[in-house]
Amino acid sequence: MADISVHIGDLHLKNPVAAASGCFGYGTEYEDFIDLGKLGAIFVKGITGSKREGNPSPRMVETSSGMLNSVGLQNKGIDYFISDIYPEIQHYNTHIIVNVSGSTIEEYVMVAEKLNDLEKIPAIELNISCPNVKEGGMMFGTHCPSAIEVTTAVRKVYHKTLIVKLSPNVTSISEFARAVEGAGADAVSLINTLLGMAIDAETQEPVLATVTGGLSGPAIKPVALRMVWEVYNSVKIPVIGIGGIMNATDAIEFMLAGATAVQIGTANFIDPRVTVKVINGIEDYLVKKDITDVNDLVGALKIPGQL
Amino acid sequence: MKKQIHDFQIIANRRVNEEYFVLSLSGNRQLPEIKPGQFVQVRVDNAPNTFLRRPFSVYDVDYKKNILYLLIQIVGEGTRILSELKKGEILNLIYPLGNSFSLPDGEKALLIGGGVGVAPLMLLGRWLKEQKKEPVFLFGFRNYGLLVDIDLFTGFGKVHIATDDGSTGEKGLVTQHSFLRKVTGDISMVYTCGPDVMMKAVALWAEKKDIPCEASLENTMACGFGACLCCAQETVHGILHVCTDGPVFNTKELIWQI
Repeated sequence: MADISVHIGDLHLKNPVAAASGCFGYGTEYEDFIDLGKLGAIFVKGITGSKREGNPSPRMVETSSGMLNSVGLQNKGIDYFISDIYPEIQHYNTHIIVNVSGSTIEEYVMVAEKLNDLEKIPAIELNISCPNVKEGGMMFGTHCPSAIEVTTAVRKVYHKTLIVKLSPNVTSISEFARAVEGAGADAVSLINTLLGMAIDAETQEPVLATVTGGLSGPAIKPVALRMVWEVYNSVKIPVIGIGGIMNATDAIEFMLAGATAVQIGTANFIDPRVTVKVINGIEDYLVKKDITDVNDLVGALKIPGQL
Repeated sequence: MKKQIHDFQIIANRRVNEEYFVLSLSGNRQLPEIKPGQFVQVRVDNAPNTFLRRPFSVYDVDYKKNILYLLIQIVGEGTRILSELKKGEILNLIYPLGNSFSLPDGEKALLIGGGVGVAPLMLLGRWLKEQKKEPVFLFGFRNYGLLVDIDLFTGFGKVHIATDDGSTGEKGLVTQHSFLRKVTGDISMVYTCGPDVMMKAVALWAEKKDIPCEASLENTMACGFGACLCCAQETVHGILHVCTDGPVFNTKELIWQI
């Protein structure tokens, strides 16, 4: 039996497969389908300082091999999370990692400070890359000085594992990875959704109420793989790969590109049991390839002609 | 009820008319209780441009034969591929999803459907009859050729019909049907499913008559079980979600977007 556990900073994951934020609710939505305790971690839905209603409908449109969404960080705020959701999910036999978002640095800091006190939350994922909110969100993730500023500010108050989720909507994602590494991030996760849009030629109107939205699903996988590979070659901290993973082979490709762990997002909507299938598939692959430690896959990409 | 994900075998694929078909599905295990108004999420296999599942109301359930029925309209590639499935082929479902219609206080209930929106009203009609209630149907279709299983609905209650072109029943919209003008105090509940404009008009009529009204809504959804938060519906309580807070809503709570 191969060892499939990995480390993200001080955090020990029983396997490299996690559920991605925004696609997995608070985990409870999937309890009928899988044993959540099998997962390496659950990145729960993005949480902000106060309640957000999210964007108007339509918020979603299917696209070729993917979907565009403009949910807009709908959530009931950090205080509601602490009082009503945390007590319901803290018994999970997996790491609960909270995705943190905000419109101002103060908001990020306030949420991170409150989460620091929750015993069963060992890490946060700083969402500086949500494309669907008017203020903040992606602004912090596409302007390097802002990315440094928010990471530095949160690092000061947050003493557990700090993961920063990067936006692909930049010219050089490695630059941002290096910047947040320098600002104290313990790991980076990438990619968040790619900014896109859909148009209805019949009505000549945009399909989404917000006009633009975030593209996810297998359509973005090649872009995500390239970015993970670039970032892996640019930073020393662990990289968590995200973007269109539908099965174990996709997950293995991300690990070969340099991801220590992966997050599965959109695929959960189509197959709510996909995370567990990916874990099993990785184990099968390791046996087949006679690999005893899953960490040996990380960055093991073989480029012909290069040693 | 615990949500499940299973493969079903297609027992029959019956063409109802030019645009609609009914899939009869049977699984290896006994069907759980499926309430009227609940829906399923169907995975469309071998469809390169169909990425997400497709939500469909449950049309009918036969617990004795262990068969689930879906009434589907061909609207795009996904539903076209489903319409071509043959007996014996496999379909993967997540079910049962969403809430359900509630029981009326009185005996008589009016079920108003438009087009493929009649789908959840079959199981609802069956249930109401079982509960010793008296369902009456009022359906709107574009024309005679698009009528759906009127004989089956008639088994649960009287069916009134309106068509756009007058090819059968009364000509015009369901809300213009003479039956509505004759309604006195005996109808204790209105249920509706169909195009938003129709449901909104029905809701306004019911409100004027001071009859409670429930509507089964449609929305674009990725998951169907409350994780993606895509199927946002504005209500007097703020934004709710069609997949878990609905698809059935009391129309007094709704803020119509049309």
